[in-house]
Amino acid sequence: MPVSIRIPTVLRPQTGGAASVSYDGSTIGEVLNALVAEHPGLAGQVFSGDGQLHKFVNIYVNDDDVRYTGGLDTPVKDQDEVSILPAVAGGAN
Amino acid sequence: MLTLSTELQLELIAHCIRSLPEEGCGLLIGEYETGHVARVVPAENVAHSAMIYTVDPKMFLSADREASKEGLDVIGVFHSHTHTEAFPSPTDVAQAPDPGWHYVLVSLRDTHPVLRSYRIENGTITEEPVSPG
Repeated sequence: MPVSIRIPTVLRPQTGGAASVSYDGSTIGEVLNALVAEHPGLAGQVFSGDGQLHKFVNIYVNDDDVRYTGGLDTPVKDQDEVSILPAVAGGAN
Repeated sequence: MLTLSTELQLELIAHCIRSLPEEGCGLLIGEYETGHVARVVPAENVAHSAMIYTVDPKMFLSADREASKEGLDVIGVFHSHTHTEAFPSPTDVAQAPDPGWHYVLVSLRDTHPVLRSYRIENGTITEEPVSPG
């Protein structure tokens, strides 16, 4: 079941410039692992050292942040749209 | 170089003023390759702080989708410093996600707002000119 993944500008150099790619998987973890298997340069940007989602990245399946829907075990199905977005934060502090 | 029309500069500065006493923030939508800003998207600072900001991630998702439909991208972020100069703080540098992005700072420290733009790559801050186009 192909699931499309929208790639943010910061990660496009790792996907040869592609703004969207598709991979099979039944969970978001499987889909993201398929993504980094083909594009190993993304591994450190998507996952932390312990294999969990990197804290400075937000992953959405359609409109839902996967941190609130089961994390990497979140199920995905055909035609779902995955978005990878960096956290945007900072400040004078 | 960042191309940001006077109208858009005023729009984002107005959002920063309206956000006082908190830091105001938002996204720049435009052409990634040229740095031309087509529009700005004021965002909620979900940190609700005068010292830090976090762009509402849901707003980022929706702005990113809208931009894609137009063949544009989110090409940067703006935020205000309410009591310090318009220069990236160590927090800004540490959390800058994209070396290709434009980081617009608005200082509201003095009577007149000051707007400046920077690139941040591997911790190195480089100011860039802002052209009204």
